[in-house]
Amino acid sequence: MADTLLTLDDVAVHFTVGSSLRGGLKTLRAVDGVTLEVRPGECLGLVGESGCGKSTLALTIMGLVAPSHGRVVLDGDDLGKRSRLETARLVQMVFQDPYASLNPRQTVRRTLADPLRLQGVDKAEVDERVMDMLAKVGLRREHADRYPHEFSGGQRQRIGIARALILRPKLVICDEPVSALDVSIRAQIINLLLELKDEMGLSYIMISHDLGVVEHMSDRVAVMYLGRIVEQGGWQEIFENPRHPYTRALIAAIPDPFNRVGITAKAKAKGEIPSALNMPSGCPFHPRCPLKADRCVAERPMLEAVSPAHYAACHFRDRID
Amino acid sequence: MKLPLKLPRLKGGTSLWVGGALVGLAITVAIAAPLIAHTDPVLDANLMNAEIPPDAEYWFGTDAQGRDIYSRIVYGSRISLTVGVVSQILNSLIGVTLGLTAGYWGGWWDDVVSGLTNLMLAIPSLVFALAIMAILGPGLVSLLVALGLTAWSYSCRVARAQVLSLKSQGYIQAARILGYGDLRIMFTQVLPNVLGPLIVIATLGMGSAILSEAALSFLGLGIRPPFPSWGSMLSEARDQITTAPWLSVFPGLAIFLTVLGLNLLGDGLRDILDPQSKTRRS
Amino acid sequence: MTQPLLKVEDLRIALAGDGVTHNAVENVSFEIGRGEAFGLVGESGCGKSISALAVMGLLKRPLSVASGRIVLDGREIQDASPAEWRNLRGSKIGMIFQEPMTALNPLSPVGRQIAEMFVLHEGAGWTEAMDRAEEALRQVHVPSPERRIKDFPHQLSGGMRQRVMIAIALACGPDLLIADEPTTALDVTVQAEIIDLMRELCAAKGTAILMISHDLGLVANMCRRVAVMYAGRIVESRPADAIFATPSHPYTQGLVDSLPRLGERSRRGRQKLREITGVVPAISSYPSGCRFNPRCPAATEVCREVAPGISPLPDDGLVRCHHHG
Repeated sequence: MADTLLTLDDVAVHFTVGSSLRGGLKTLRAVDGVTLEVRPGECLGLVGESGCGKSTLALTIMGLVAPSHGRVVLDGDDLGKRSRLETARLVQMVFQDPYASLNPRQTVRRTLADPLRLQGVDKAEVDERVMDMLAKVGLRREHADRYPHEFSGGQRQRIGIARALILRPKLVICDEPVSALDVSIRAQIINLLLELKDEMGLSYIMISHDLGVVEHMSDRVAVMYLGRIVEQGGWQEIFENPRHPYTRALIAAIPDPFNRVGITAKAKAKGEIPSALNMPSGCPFHPRCPLKADRCVAERPMLEAVSPAHYAACHFRDRID
Repeated sequence: MKLPLKLPRLKGGTSLWVGGALVGLAITVAIAAPLIAHTDPVLDANLMNAEIPPDAEYWFGTDAQGRDIYSRIVYGSRISLTVGVVSQILNSLIGVTLGLTAGYWGGWWDDVVSGLTNLMLAIPSLVFALAIMAILGPGLVSLLVALGLTAWSYSCRVARAQVLSLKSQGYIQAARILGYGDLRIMFTQVLPNVLGPLIVIATLGMGSAILSEAALSFLGLGIRPPFPSWGSMLSEARDQITTAPWLSVFPGLAIFLTVLGLNLLGDGLRDILDPQSKTRRS
Repeated sequence: MTQPLLKVEDLRIALAGDGVTHNAVENVSFEIGRGEAFGLVGESGCGKSISALAVMGLLKRPLSVASGRIVLDGREIQDASPAEWRNLRGSKIGMIFQEPMTALNPLSPVGRQIAEMFVLHEGAGWTEAMDRAEEALRQVHVPSPERRIKDFPHQLSGGMRQRVMIAIALACGPDLLIADEPTTALDVTVQAEIIDLMRELCAAKGTAILMISHDLGLVANMCRRVAVMYAGRIVESRPADAIFATPSHPYTQGLVDSLPRLGERSRRGRQKLREITGVVPAISSYPSGCRFNPRCPAATEVCREVAPGISPLPDDGLVRCHHHG
């Protein structure tokens, strides 16, 4: 237990959607059997496209959505056993949209101080910690009494980071923390997140569809597709030796400015992501997979080891070149 | 197209200022009533002066008991405004609490609240108020209760809709993650951001409460004579409308101007407070 | 054919505020040859989108073209009447936007919306137009177009809707396709497909592309030439490969260096990303001189006072910086 901070054991989150009157009820398997670990001080990259379940998974880790199946163990104890205030001291989140994620009617000071007061921290210490945190994220003392609309997008994201770190959590979930920011601002935020991680000994779950950012920040990477992890391993294994065709398609989809011939046909995914309501049989990726064979339609591949710390859920994981 | 430039906007406009002036006048009159009234509105009955048309001494004339109409209208503003303000505070408290909790928690509670709201909307609130008044009997307190319990459905609906649209905002989620309790989130995170439209509804509601008071008093269920409320004055003037029209014209005018003022103020506030109507204007 | 298809000359777009008028875009000049893909890159608010809107005649109050010339196929169009613009759009210029859901009519089947183009611009009858709409859907690789033609926009996925938009934009064989952030709302694997589709169709039909995006990598991959805009001006204009290999303007250099690029960590280990300090200025507070000077590591006195002119670079490149040329 000591060397894992977060353990997800076969976690599934199913929602019932639709109406019993019209068309009947359906089960949406947003997260479908995910097993993951995050170790102290580690950054786990979580990659996937819309509808892959990464946001639902984040909410589950945060305790905001109860898993339908499986266990979430955070810092040695079941998540469900802790109160909201206790969980708040362990896990926090940095949001994608720096505009919608700050209360427009609250000063920065109140945004940062209220969570501390809720935890029963005394007034003098609250002030000290708020100022200390502002300095850590690169804001000045006088910023404390301003309202969100007085800040630029990058500064707002710094406030969002300060809010996530004010309770000194152990795990921070970063949900696309730079994709809503101006391109020239992104490097500032990425550098800041990495500095704070080392300085405060944090663990990150870095959710992003930007593979460049994930490669830069992560120690290990998990790739999700339709609610399941299809490949998982160290960053080097994932990016230099990907074993799942979906991972390869994601990497191939990054436009290469030096190679204008287009995406290599072999690695490309065809068509569109199916809805999790209409899960394909067998391997969920088979309708889009360039390597599809009969076996893929019939039999669902399990996540199996390629090398000791590298897993892929593909029947052809050893034969891919 | 997002431009990093804020264009200054015209704030409010005429309706805000005209409405504000009318409402401000009514409030001033109500506060300063003992100073500006000429006579005591109840006790100064003098049958020798009955039904004098407006003149230099009795600006708005006198009624059948010889009381000065002007003074009665001045004092009547206190009752009308009290009815408007107190009943709307009650309505807002009920509506906002139900709306916030229904929108935030959802589930069976939402179903119950939505059902109740629809029920209230389906029955005219005046009929509801009539029923309550019939049980409680006439008087100011029962009037406040009757009007304060029957018109919360609009603020409830709006509060619920606003919560539903805000619930997915990052800062609401962040508050949950930071360990805020549900009630704290509703009242510190959600409410300040939905206050604008609710204030508008309350302002507009004051106007209709004043009208309802007039209607109930007119029917003999509201303020009992000899105390002056604009509605009860109208009610008493019913028989003399052809012989002494000033008896009904001036209370009617007072109601008309105050309600008009509240409605204009409400519209003006909506333009400032509601971002959607702001984009419509620009 | 030496004459360019589209020539924008010294375009200035004014933004009317309360009493003050700001220049949202100024000194913007570029040319696009027939069948050429040209990219306009920059951050939000830099003026790339409104420059494209000007070329489409779609600027709305408080924005307006204040001066400059827009020449399409040898004809000046900056002062065209609304009726002329309507005719140009669709027949000569096609366009696709970031969010296809807002650009499509939610109450009309997609086939009808494509067919409308043939009816409006080519005077075709509805029966013929519907047949051609089906063919157009097939060309953008929409599976089973004979059924999809009856679908409403909300029944299609984001990628499919963008394909429909492309079908509408290219229906009447325009000379120029303007694509404003066409894939920003899409997933990466779908983005790759849409980009391939645009490339393939435009190459087949000889359509030129004006691609607007914040993603330098995407634009450089798709276009032959790229212009980078910052705060209302074009700061650098180069062939696509040169802009990554030898960026000349400090802003372009900053952009190229500040983004983590795939494979970089494997090659060189984790390096701290180079930051561009400061923030993008608002239109109302553009600095004097070179607009990048408050954020520029190489800024000197002259940068703060004098707006830099254009200096030539090899291969028809242009840069707007005092420290070049």
